[in-house]
Amino acid sequence: MPLFRRHRHVDPLVCREFVQLVSDYLEGALPEDQRLRFEAHLAECDGCEGYLEDMRRVVDSLHAVPLAPPEPATREALLRAFRDLRGG
Amino acid sequence: MAVDDDEDLLIRLRAGDEEAFEEFVVHHDSALRRVARTFVRTPSAADEVVQETWLAVLRGLSGFEARSSLRTWVFRILMNRARTAATREARQVPFSTLDEDDPSVFEPGFGRDGRWISAPARLDGDPERQLLSRELRQHLLDAVDNLPPGQRVVITLRDIVGLDADDVCELLDLTDVNQRVLLHRARARVRAELVPWVENRQ
Repeated sequence: MPLFRRHRHVDPLVCREFVQLVSDYLEGALPEDQRLRFEAHLAECDGCEGYLEDMRRVVDSLHAVPLAPPEPATREALLRAFRDLRGG
Repeated sequence: MAVDDDEDLLIRLRAGDEEAFEEFVVHHDSALRRVARTFVRTPSAADEVVQETWLAVLRGLSGFEARSSLRTWVFRILMNRARTAATREARQVPFSTLDEDDPSVFEPGFGRDGRWISAPARLDGDPERQLLSRELRQHLLDAVDNLPPGQRVVITLRDIVGLDADDVCELLDLTDVNQRVLLHRARARVRAELVPWVENRQ
């Protein structure tokens, strides 16, 4: 078992694996040794660096998506309900 | 920090501050609608779920004990209503299953050695911010709408609404790992859906 771990540890990460680990990396969910392998690969692979940056942009852009406000009628109805509950 | 914001908001809501309530509604209504839409078939059914949710929120405000954030509480109420509505429609929502497509399907660009055959397509960035270009951002929600239901609800709650992983696991009854798998597949697929917009233009 220790031998296996050691072997895994020095195994360089390939692009296919990198792509699968991107969210775990962004979520801070990679164990230390995996994170080091991930970052080592990132430092030497332009394709994966670009992929990671695009994924970051996708996530940040989703955070920034402007969501439409409710219809005025819906808003009015809810405000009425809010008032009624306060008053009643 | 979020808890302090909550405290302030809660005080205003309980005091009957209409402006606070309106702000709260404007802020969350559309996200609630998007999440509801992943459970029920029609927009009008989703509207109904959201309306029921807001009324339940109003009725529950005085009893809210702040054991979770206000936002998470609202989404928990929504989720319960939406599940009930989905059951009424006899609709199955397979949120905890992972037999949805694998992202590697969308990234066929690897050789037998597992490396990129050629570098993956790049999405255009916004020159001023660390975001996608304005044009690509217009297609983001369509890409999310095209996802399988489990991926769609997870990416909506995590990346659009901004709930944290623990809350989403609890709301959807997912394990940590499954939540991350769904989130990752969703993001990878959304990215892949945007690629043709970049390639077709050139």
